[in-house]
Amino acid sequence: MAFLRITSPHGHAANSVASVMQAVLLATLPGVFALTWFFGPGTLLNIAFGGLLALIFEFAVLKLRHRDVRFYLSDYSVLVTSTLLCIALPPYAPWWLIVVGVATSVLLGKHIFGGLGYNPFNPAMVGYVVLLISFPLQMSSWAPPRGLAEVPGVMDALQAMFLPQSYDGLTMATPLDALRQNTGLLMVDLQSQPPFGHIAGLGWETVNLAFLAGGIWLLYKRIFSWHAPVAMLAALTLAALIGFDDGSSNSGGSPWVHLLSGGTMFGAFFIITDPVSSAVSNRGRLIFGALIGLLIYLIRVYGNYPDAVAFAVLILNFAAPFIDHYTQPTTYGHRGPKA
Amino acid sequence: MNRIHNIHGGIHPPERKALSLPGQLRTAGIPRQLVLPLAQHIGKPAEAIVQVGDRVLGGQRLAEADGLVSVPIHAPTSGTVSAVELRSVPHPSGLENQCVVIDCDGLDEWLPLTPLVDWQTQPPEALVAHVRAAGVAGMGGAGFPTAVKLLASDKHSINTLIINGTECEPYITADDTLMQVSADAIIEGAEILAYIVGAQHILIGVEDNKPDAIAAMREAASQCQRDIEVASFPTKYPSGGEKQLVEILTGQQVPSGMIPAELGLLCQNPGTAVAVRDAIIHGRPLTQRIITITGEALSTPGNFEVLIGTPITHLLSLAGFQPEHNRRLIHGGPMMGFALDSADIPIVKTSNCILVPTEQELPTPPPPQACIRCGLCAEACPASLLPQQLYWFARAKDQEALEAHNLFDCIECGACAWVCPSNIPLVQYYRAGKASIVDTRQEKVRSDRLRERFEARQERIARETAEREAKRAARKAAAEQKAASGNSEDPVQAAIARAKARKQSTEQAD
Repeated sequence: MAFLRITSPHGHAANSVASVMQAVLLATLPGVFALTWFFGPGTLLNIAFGGLLALIFEFAVLKLRHRDVRFYLSDYSVLVTSTLLCIALPPYAPWWLIVVGVATSVLLGKHIFGGLGYNPFNPAMVGYVVLLISFPLQMSSWAPPRGLAEVPGVMDALQAMFLPQSYDGLTMATPLDALRQNTGLLMVDLQSQPPFGHIAGLGWETVNLAFLAGGIWLLYKRIFSWHAPVAMLAALTLAALIGFDDGSSNSGGSPWVHLLSGGTMFGAFFIITDPVSSAVSNRGRLIFGALIGLLIYLIRVYGNYPDAVAFAVLILNFAAPFIDHYTQPTTYGHRGPKA
Repeated sequence: MNRIHNIHGGIHPPERKALSLPGQLRTAGIPRQLVLPLAQHIGKPAEAIVQVGDRVLGGQRLAEADGLVSVPIHAPTSGTVSAVELRSVPHPSGLENQCVVIDCDGLDEWLPLTPLVDWQTQPPEALVAHVRAAGVAGMGGAGFPTAVKLLASDKHSINTLIINGTECEPYITADDTLMQVSADAIIEGAEILAYIVGAQHILIGVEDNKPDAIAAMREAASQCQRDIEVASFPTKYPSGGEKQLVEILTGQQVPSGMIPAELGLLCQNPGTAVAVRDAIIHGRPLTQRIITITGEALSTPGNFEVLIGTPITHLLSLAGFQPEHNRRLIHGGPMMGFALDSADIPIVKTSNCILVPTEQELPTPPPPQACIRCGLCAEACPASLLPQQLYWFARAKDQEALEAHNLFDCIECGACAWVCPSNIPLVQYYRAGKASIVDTRQEKVRSDRLRERFEARQERIARETAEREAKRAARKAAAEQKAASGNSEDPVQAAIARAKARKQSTEQAD
């Protein structure tokens, strides 16, 4: 009688790459719902179209690389990449923008380095930054939120995506745009303008809180550790407190605006928590997150782009191996002087 | 009451301990045949001193210890030696090793035993010698000769004896059962061990998932003159690792590459304590142990008192093995045990569990996926290593980086691989990495030695050549000197002259 010879351990926890990726996708639901409520079905359409494209690209590359297509497609990782990218894209983006973005993310962001697990940069952010630099007009056209204008319907969204020349949708500056372009208004006056809502922007504050809720659920499910998101939010808050300047017209904006506007919560819990491209130790993740938070503030306030999560993340992706080198945890038995 | 300290990492796999009914002990009886490997411990294998055809009695020595780090092997019952040959032994590689095979006669006749009476009045050395003669080796899994471990107290002063009743591996309940049925013997063994090494304190550590064992040990400890503390702490794998237990009970970490004796601590397994006690009090050598036979592919799993050398097949049939649901036979627990090819392998002194799971219970692992550096492994690692980094370095065969990331502090507990969402057999990478580094070190020693020998040879040849040259030069110089100093006569002319003279003298004689 011959038994299987398998190396220890012989048991395994009930988790897999697929279950991790599925949890991340599920956790985006509150945020996606909030985006859809305030800005209409554009984001949903982005996600659906982007997901389809991502599967096609992934399939094609796996074939080219002679990989087991079923095995690798069933890890859901490419859907996470495309979904995160499409959440970040403006709703009612033209179809070709999504094609270019998803292609860049999947091909240049992921597979050119060897596929899942080998990418030094966050693939979704690679796609996003390429689009932002190449097509700044399309990338900065955000629809106005519900309450300031009528929210487009599904037919409008389809028209915007597939017949962009004939679509004449409304666009409007986001609160972060308004903050960056502010010259002369006190924060109190600026924030009393309609796009600012109650705290940090009509719609935006709810969207951020929804992504925060999804992120807390992922923390509870132990999909990632708290270190990077908490460090990023803390650094951003601290920087905003220092730069608030008592709400003068030179103010960098209140911490609330920075925490609950733009892509802050989405970035903190869905982007910088990408394990592949972040630092590996808990101490390293604290540094990684804090530096991202600081960079987000600096780029938002002093940079040329209204939001900064993508740039900050890519820059720190570069730095992650360096951070790792200096943040190796103390191994058992290595405390104190070496014998 | 001692404070309990937390350790980094750890996991909570399903315990599955109730399956083997801890606390109930069955006997496996005397099988038809016993197979006793000569290497059941760390160190040099014992040397067989019996021959095929010899009749042996229980307790009789079959093999002598070979050197200090070695232990003798004794016959667990009476019978006839039917072979001394290579047989499969419990080893991850399916290794064959020299074994003494006994056909048991069922009479169970024993040699008279020689206990060490009044051990309290004997010098510790006499007790150590007795322990050594009884063939006791650590029964928790590693099998280090107990006498050698006790000798470590010569170099360090031992303050506290720790009895490691943690038994943190899922499924295994052998120590749990032993603590329930033989608590007094464990306490007595602990007292003997503490006497040998001069420890003032005795600390017994048990995970809190064994309330019956804790109660039994506390009861037994309270009967004892000495102050013995039974500490219970939260269940977490791998709290029973020696280094982990030291940190849990004392808050101190054993310095890397050293033993707990460095901190004045000595750890022993409860089974070893009982074996030491039996050796001293009864003079009985180590020829049996408690083992857990468990898994859902058995109809009647449980804990068995078995003779060392009992074939696993015998135990499987006692526990109602149902082969149709099973593909794996594991020696040890699910976390650190190794899979065996065949059940035709004997139980040895270090066997604490045989696990025969169904395919549903412990499924064959799916193919590994790419590492996504999620860091769950680093959170689970009890040694605070970065398993995902070690994995990359191991794949890249970067030995320098592996050592810089303290690969050798890995205790191979398997917590990282257990939590890995990509199903990567991480521990296997670390074992291979360690082996390749050890190889490289040995290769370096070998090549250094070769280089030294080569250089010495070159030097010797150069020296001899120089000496020869010097001699030749000296001879030449002497000859030249001789030629130069007077005696300018040509030797050829001289020879001719001598020949002529001889010729003339012969002619004159005619």
